[in-house]
Amino acid sequence: MTERTKVAQPVSGDAEVLSVRDLDVAYGEVQVVFGVSLHVAKGELVGLVGGNGSGKSTILRVLSGMLRARGGAAQYRDHNLNGVPPYRITELGVAHVPMGRQLFGQMTVEENLLMGAYLPRTRERRPQNLQRVYDFFPRLKEKRASPAAALSGGEQQMVAIGRALMSEPEVLLMDEPSLGLAPLVVKEVMRVIGSLRQLGLTVLLVEQNVRQVLKVTDRAYVLELGSLVREGPSADLLDDPEIRRAYLGV
Amino acid sequence: MDPNTLALFQTLAQGLLTGGIYALIGTGLSLIFGVMRVINFAHGDFLAVGMFIALFLFQRFHLDPYLSLLIAAPLGFGLGYLVQRFLLARLGDRLESSSLLATLGLGLILSNGLLLGFGAQPQSINVAYATQTFKLGGVQISLPLLVAGLGTLLAIGLLNLFLYRTELGRAVRATAQNPLGAELQGVNTTWVQAVVFGLGVAFAVVAGVLLLPLLYAFPTVGENYTLKAFVVTVLGGLGNLPGAIVGGLILGIIESLGAYYLSNNYRDAYGLVVFLAVLLLRPEGLFGRTVKRV
Repeated sequence: MTERTKVAQPVSGDAEVLSVRDLDVAYGEVQVVFGVSLHVAKGELVGLVGGNGSGKSTILRVLSGMLRARGGAAQYRDHNLNGVPPYRITELGVAHVPMGRQLFGQMTVEENLLMGAYLPRTRERRPQNLQRVYDFFPRLKEKRASPAAALSGGEQQMVAIGRALMSEPEVLLMDEPSLGLAPLVVKEVMRVIGSLRQLGLTVLLVEQNVRQVLKVTDRAYVLELGSLVREGPSADLLDDPEIRRAYLGV
Repeated sequence: MDPNTLALFQTLAQGLLTGGIYALIGTGLSLIFGVMRVINFAHGDFLAVGMFIALFLFQRFHLDPYLSLLIAAPLGFGLGYLVQRFLLARLGDRLESSSLLATLGLGLILSNGLLLGFGAQPQSINVAYATQTFKLGGVQISLPLLVAGLGTLLAIGLLNLFLYRTELGRAVRATAQNPLGAELQGVNTTWVQAVVFGLGVAFAVVAGVLLLPLLYAFPTVGENYTLKAFVVTVLGGLGNLPGAIVGGLILGIIESLGAYYLSNNYRDAYGLVVFLAVLLLRPEGLFGRTVKRV
């Protein structure tokens, strides 16, 4: 896409749980995100897509506290997120499924899941939550005693998602869950992400795999070189000729 | 038993018990490295601090060194906690590259502080059991050395219970394996690192107290032990706790055998020879990655 489309301001409503306004982010002197605004409403599954280096993971890193934005605001309900350390953000109820999964490789699957319930506010309901994750991912129950590093990439992604669910989040941030997975496994992971809404979760999904994201999400934002170029219902974006040409190769 | 076999057993027992103390020192160093990727070059100086705490409590209050552990261990923990909080944590992203100078400098401050406070002359404590021995199947064992060995077993056993049976212990292992992953689960990893540094220093301090009935205390006594701890840790594989225990025992036995069968003058050198051999032949440590990490 060559033409920068002016993006409409998000409609703000009472149900908005996650919001980003006029966000500017830089690594040292190099600015990579330019005035991005987006929001996610309660129960929504929203995609944030774009090519390599478009700044989508950078925005997610601000939301989970790994990076401090230079300007603008990032909010979860009434809580400011910019500059807050990651462990505090998890405490608030925003869980992050990080890029590359970041599992504890030498720990068993079950120990990885238990780490997800490290927060005191969730410890009491830990057995129920563990059961819930095992019901959701029966394969993890079979592998509960295996070291996480011994699992396949797809299974590891399930552990990462399950671990995040253990902290009883309201919002789930997912950073490139399909990265490094075989195409068939990507489909499986996307199916799982689509079914997360059954659990009443609000999801912001960052992905390079545009086609898969548009199929599974309600709405999506398209980033290019650090600026938003499109936003709208995912079904519309799937039919958008410019999106199809630039990202879907048709 | 014929005298030669007896001498061998005597040497092995001596080496095993000394090695136990090395294991205790090495475990502290390895724990810190495993979680923070920092080699604490002040480790031996913390051991010296432990010796002088016990010495001070003995001279001033006639407190038995083994009882003074109850004071020295928490003091060591607090000292390590503060060092991480106010010195190492300030290094931020440069921690791995700058920690060598920071801990080396800290070691100099500690040893010179001891020099200022206690003077340079070697000092020892006069307790009845310092030279006491007992016989076990013909092998003579020094009582304080046996206590030191048992103390090591207890300390390492407690560390294992902590790491594998508690919430915080699990968080420590998680932080060692993946700091970012741990932080995202709600673990305050900066705080966990301070706890770990405190534990590592407490181990060094405990080793110092256990050594006091056996050795003279002087301000630079720790230098040699920093080196030994480093050797032990590299033998076992950096960050590998079971490896550090085995590494400590091996070092103790090698020193003991060398001192008896070759020459006592080169006691400290034998370990270094093995150290070089390991670095040349198995740079990942004797056990490499085959043994479970922290």
